[in-house]
Amino acid sequence: MTSAPTPIDPIFGRLSLDALPLHEPIVVATFVAVVIGGAAVLGLITRYRLWGWLWRDWFTSVDHKKIGIMYMVLGLIMFLRGFADAIMMRLQQAMAFGGSEGYLNAHHYDQIFTAHGVIMIFFVAMPFVTGLMNYVVPLQIGARDVSFPFLNNFSFWMTAAGAGLVMCSLFVGEFAQTGWLAYPPLSGIAYSPASGVDYYIWALQIAGVGTTLSGINLVVTILKMRAPGMTLMKMPVFTWTSLCTNVLIVASFPVLTAVLALLSLDRYVGTNFFTNDFGGSPMMYVNLIWIWGHPEVYILILPLFGVFSEVTSTFSGKKLFGYTSMVYATIVITILSYLVWLHHFFTMGSGASVNSFFGITTMVISIPTGAKLFNWLFTMYRGRIRFELPMMWTIAFMVTFTVGGMTGVLLAVPPADFVLHNSLFLIAHFHNVIIGGVLFGLFAAINFWWPKAFGFKLDVFWGKISFWCWVVGFWLAFMPLYVLGLMGVTRRMRVFDDPSLQIWFVVAAIGAVIIAAGIGAMLVQFAVSIWKREELRDETGDPWNARTLEWATSSPPPDYNFAFTPVIHSLDAWYDMKARGAERPVTGFKAIHMPSNTGTGIILAGLSAVCGFALIWYMWWLAGLSFLALLTVAIAHTFNYRRDFYIPVETVEAAEAVRTRQLAAQGA
Amino acid sequence: MQNQAMTAAGPVSFYDLDEHAHPEGHSTMLGFWIYLMSDCLIFAILFACYAVLGGNLAAGPGPKDLFDLPLVAVNTAMLLFSSITYGFAMLAMQRGAKSAVLGWLAVTGLFGAVFLGIELYEFHHLIHIGATPQRSAFLSAFFTLVGTHGLHVTFGTIWLVTLMVQVSRHGLIAANQRRLMCLSLFWHFLDVIWIGVFTFVYLMGMLR
Repeated sequence: MTSAPTPIDPIFGRLSLDALPLHEPIVVATFVAVVIGGAAVLGLITRYRLWGWLWRDWFTSVDHKKIGIMYMVLGLIMFLRGFADAIMMRLQQAMAFGGSEGYLNAHHYDQIFTAHGVIMIFFVAMPFVTGLMNYVVPLQIGARDVSFPFLNNFSFWMTAAGAGLVMCSLFVGEFAQTGWLAYPPLSGIAYSPASGVDYYIWALQIAGVGTTLSGINLVVTILKMRAPGMTLMKMPVFTWTSLCTNVLIVASFPVLTAVLALLSLDRYVGTNFFTNDFGGSPMMYVNLIWIWGHPEVYILILPLFGVFSEVTSTFSGKKLFGYTSMVYATIVITILSYLVWLHHFFTMGSGASVNSFFGITTMVISIPTGAKLFNWLFTMYRGRIRFELPMMWTIAFMVTFTVGGMTGVLLAVPPADFVLHNSLFLIAHFHNVIIGGVLFGLFAAINFWWPKAFGFKLDVFWGKISFWCWVVGFWLAFMPLYVLGLMGVTRRMRVFDDPSLQIWFVVAAIGAVIIAAGIGAMLVQFAVSIWKREELRDETGDPWNARTLEWATSSPPPDYNFAFTPVIHSLDAWYDMKARGAERPVTGFKAIHMPSNTGTGIILAGLSAVCGFALIWYMWWLAGLSFLALLTVAIAHTFNYRRDFYIPVETVEAAEAVRTRQLAAQGA
Repeated sequence: MQNQAMTAAGPVSFYDLDEHAHPEGHSTMLGFWIYLMSDCLIFAILFACYAVLGGNLAAGPGPKDLFDLPLVAVNTAMLLFSSITYGFAMLAMQRGAKSAVLGWLAVTGLFGAVFLGIELYEFHHLIHIGATPQRSAFLSAFFTLVGTHGLHVTFGTIWLVTLMVQVSRHGLIAANQRRLMCLSLFWHFLDVIWIGVFTFVYLMGMLR
């Protein structure tokens, strides 16, 4: 109802020099480091004249493989930011006892825990998962690209633009201090008049457009572009879980878009959807955002269930146990994920019968998940297991995730939840499933598919160091939180009075430091592997003796993925081809029809970011202008009817001749 | 036949040696349909908000004080007519009659513009008498639901004009036919949403 107290300048809106957090030495130091680091990177790119190459081969690329890799790079960069937030929180909570205020003031600390949650979910887990699906799915189904290649590029840049806005909030203005879901009335204009919540809203809205479109794209790709013979029940499990994930994206992200739009109307126009007065209902927001939010956690975990299925089957040298039950379990989880949202706020007071319903549906969802776990165990049973890195991550997942799942079932009991709601027990639970499930799965996937993407394996020594640091660090960092939660410690606390709690926070901080070592070892692993890439080179395209179609082509795959479209006869298509001695055709290549690159995606996303920034700072003229530009560029793009080209047959022949030589050198 | 392996059942082919034409946009209709369903969800949320908050008048004016049913009925007729005329445009497209397509599209756009005009008049009137979106949760939900639909019609009209330019420039080529089909889905979708709005907001509002 009340507008922001800051005067609105006609040109700069409410943006002034005061918006720069010069009074926060930590932020200033970070800013200096980012400027120096950024200048170094930009300088190197200029020095080695890489701009043209980046623009032509990457930024404007509509190749699903390159877009997938760009998503992974974005996720990795944002992961480092999100982890920096995490370790700052751990340090603060380990210090702030016995009258000590720690080293973070409340204003800064509240932004950190909000940014940590937002970044880790929206700009780490989502880009990682989307990147993975983008890279692997078209290869697994024997397609040459996705259904809408331009849209794919646009989706990526929208996600990147959202991430850019979040990063911008670190140095210009502030981020939300509301927690990662920005519950009103706290996130309303009356209690959060500054720019923080607006950064939150527009970053998520812009990234959300990208996520929704990429969801539509992958659903259509999986439904329409499978190789001949690949019926739905012959699809690899990863493709199945990706299909379900993208259905969830399409059927839940619009809810987030709508609810954030309503929150922004409350903030910008003064409507009363979620206000305390004039008939508004803050609990309406909480319901709506969790109707998106609960499917979201399955959006994150389902693709990784697919990864574990592929990895377990490959490294056990057996076909997956219970493929059909795996598929149905995935579908059941997809449906049930819409029927549990209320367990996030049993304490709302909706009565015993409503709470019982949602408590029971929540417990029911652990049945298909349990079925999956047994399927993986039975796949390993009497298998010839190879303990390569992806398999190690998978086993770590099975142990860790099961514990996290069980604490989830504990929380699903409404009376128990009344005690544990918003306690550190909850924090420990969801980190237990997100780190133990999503992150361990991503690490399994990165180690598994890296050789496909780059043509060489990742270094095992540093991989193992990273693995052990992560697993030990995780248990050390989060088990104390279970204990603290049971003792009644609530989340998002900055200082503590009871000195007997300190030891648990110190242990948790030590765990976080060990995780930091794990992250460091992983970066070293990447660097060492790139350094020793000739030693680690794989020329077969199938370094793990794997079973699905992506391993049938060279590593890295050519732009067109497959010179000839594979024909599928069995579930593990590539295993079937190897077993029956399918020979790769070496003549008769034809020119291949492919989509052209375009810069429209990055331009549209850039304009969206400008528009978002202008809206955050109330620079109405700039918002209007950039929106108009957005419309104009989008319409102009539709006037371009020439969006495809043919890869000449000579190029295809040359690329395939190299592959033939490589395979011959292997003695294949 | 290098790409074949022998099995008991005879030779099995593992690669398709022919390059099949895969025309651009062969999945567009499915993709656009799924997009519409995601858009439908946004409306579902707005309807849900109206259902939950619509009774919260905060001692302000309610539906019976505000809605002018005859005007809304005329408005509804405008949108329904525009759907019929869009249908005529599609029939003309099937016949390959370019100028008829352009003519019916123009008529459709005109109906759409009249619809928007009447809606803006209604909004202006409501705000003028103090029934602003800020007045109560009911009015917030009302303006947002109806306004979001209106915003969709606005973008549909911009799209329609764009398509008229493209059809007049390039004729009824495959790409333009596909685009006309998409806009057709979009336009009829907005019609369906409006029928929901008319029934749920206006008619039932008068009963309440």
